[in-house]
Amino acid sequence: MFLLKLIIRNAFRHKLRSALTVVGVAIAILAFGLLRTLVGLWYHGVEASSATRLVTRNAISLVFSLPLSHKDRIRQVPGVQAVSYGNWFGGIYIDEKHFFANYAVEPKSYLDLYPEFVLSPEQKGAFFLDRKGCIVGKRLADTYGWKIGDLITLRGTIFPGQWEFVLRGIYRGAEKSTEERALMFHWDYLNETLKKTMPRRADQVGFYMIGVTKPELAAEVSQAVDGIFRNSLAETLTETEKAFQLGFVAMTEAIMIAIKIVSYVVIVIIMVVAANTMAMTARERIAEYATMKTLGFGWVHIAGVVFGESLVIALSGGLLGVALTFPASHWIETELAQFFPAFPVSMTTIYLDLAAAAMVGTVAGIFPTWRGATIGIADGLRRIG
Amino acid sequence: MGMGNGKPPIVEIAHLSKSYRRGSQTIPVLEDITFDIADGEFLALMGPSGSGKSTLLNLIAGIDKADQGTIRVGGVDITSLSDKELAAWRSANVGFIFQFYNLMPVLTAFENVELPLLLTGLSRNERREHVDLALQLVGLSDRVDHYPAQLSGGQQQRVAIARAVVSDPAILVADEPTGDLDRVSAGEILQLMDRLVHEFDKTIIMVTHDPRAAEKARIIRHLEKGILTDSDGQPASPVAGS
Ligand SMILES: Nc1ncnc2c1ncn2[C@@H]1O[C@H](COP(=O)(O)OP(=O)(O)O)[C@@H](O)[C@H]1O
Ligand SMILES: [Mg+2]
Repeated sequence: MFLLKLIIRNAFRHKLRSALTVVGVAIAILAFGLLRTLVGLWYHGVEASSATRLVTRNAISLVFSLPLSHKDRIRQVPGVQAVSYGNWFGGIYIDEKHFFANYAVEPKSYLDLYPEFVLSPEQKGAFFLDRKGCIVGKRLADTYGWKIGDLITLRGTIFPGQWEFVLRGIYRGAEKSTEERALMFHWDYLNETLKKTMPRRADQVGFYMIGVTKPELAAEVSQAVDGIFRNSLAETLTETEKAFQLGFVAMTEAIMIAIKIVSYVVIVIIMVVAANTMAMTARERIAEYATMKTLGFGWVHIAGVVFGESLVIALSGGLLGVALTFPASHWIETELAQFFPAFPVSMTTIYLDLAAAAMVGTVAGIFPTWRGATIGIADGLRRIG
Repeated sequence: MGMGNGKPPIVEIAHLSKSYRRGSQTIPVLEDITFDIADGEFLALMGPSGSGKSTLLNLIAGIDKADQGTIRVGGVDITSLSDKELAAWRSANVGFIFQFYNLMPVLTAFENVELPLLLTGLSRNERREHVDLALQLVGLSDRVDHYPAQLSGGQQQRVAIARAVVSDPAILVADEPTGDLDRVSAGEILQLMDRLVHEFDKTIIMVTHDPRAAEKARIIRHLEKGILTDSDGQPASPVAGS
């Protein structure tokens, strides 16, 4: 009880020094938490993908397509519940800086397969009926102030020309992680236009999306699908949506690892800074510790006082850092929405934050604690004046 | 010759030696010191700076270790005690008064005086009674909630004296207790120490430079290059009292 009082009063004795240390730790913990959230987010995209969905693409590469005729044969594979298909359109809105994903899909089967894109029945019906109709995610619509009925023009890159769509629906994501910055339109519209302009490229799809009845069947169905088309002109590669996403993620994984390392480096740096401050503080108080020992207090008491002070300062910084994490994540979600539509800080990250703060306090406190506990009384008393 | 007060010795020092090592060199500080201090004595230890006064005081008070010799205090050979036993012995038997008061800056006068009592089994109320009494004794009952920085040097030293006597030890050691004080404050502190000897039967061993302080003491001993002499400069007789 008394020791606790002494620890707290000691910790905030030098107001400026303690404040600076606390703020330093807080910023380090904040950075640590945000960086870890960023890394987590990257992999979360992968984890959010459904285990009951498979993606079939050309075995050679993503840029090669598959004949539309594969569809009926895929549907006959046991375990397949639904099949949809589409093309990565790659259209550009205004200019390259305004990037967002846009696909040509078969609307009905696609929306059946992706229930996380939530549309009102009226908008869904309107989209199905209009061959030139499209739907966009809520965030994308908000970004450009689009309203139902607006005309959206994309410049084709893979499929040259100016493409006009009528906005028929604005979907919401069922979960925070659902992509809300994409545009989908009728595959038929793309295909019929190609039939007129580039017949050679018509009736080709970029990928099939397959819904399986049970997740356990995913491996079996993939093998069966690829088996059908083995030795054909268009061999397929079928993988779970997760694996498909991982293919995209893999190339940036190196960057993610680098960010992870940086998050630890930040903690190590603040550890060194805090250790220096604590050593300085303990040096100034050696005579006080010696006085306590003179009065009969043991090394355990002194160790408790020194170590406790280090922990109090580091954990204050840690708590402040955690408290700042939430407004910071909110700020990222609103100001950097185009990159991070959702920036959820997980409970695990909070625990890691606090563990990191406790570690900073422990490491910073070790040397001063040892000094305080082992200093000879006569030596310690000599340090005064 | 050193005069006793007729009472039996409370401190008996025999053949005490102490040296410090500085690098490869050994610096002798105390050489074969033998003398007694009678119970209830007020003894001043004088001598030039660096002569080993503080070292001797620290040895008697059990906060430093001798190389050779024995120190018996109240019949206990403290040179044979472990660090832990010594700590317990100190808190029961010795009160400390320092030149720079050595109060804890983050604790109030009351809390500073209470500090030694936290190691005893006293209840909160008992502690409060003891602390109030000690602060009353030094005339600071109206400053209980002040922090050291809010007190003058003389007042801080009085708090330190209250802290030294609160657990009622038989012996008080004081290392230059007036060394940092003005004349008036120093006078008050010496007055207080005088009272502790005469009214409360404490034994005080005081290191000092100040002749006015030494005057208050009943016995003056001189240390010169680690050798103890009487006030007249002659080597001290090994046993106090004629
Ligand atoms: N811890 C130590 N290490 C080395 N030398 C010391 C140490 N403590 C004291 N000394 C030396 O011992 C001598 C006596 O010191 P001290 O007892 O403090 O003298 P005084 O109190 O009489 O001024 C001095 O020369 C001092 O430098
Ligand atoms: Mg000295």
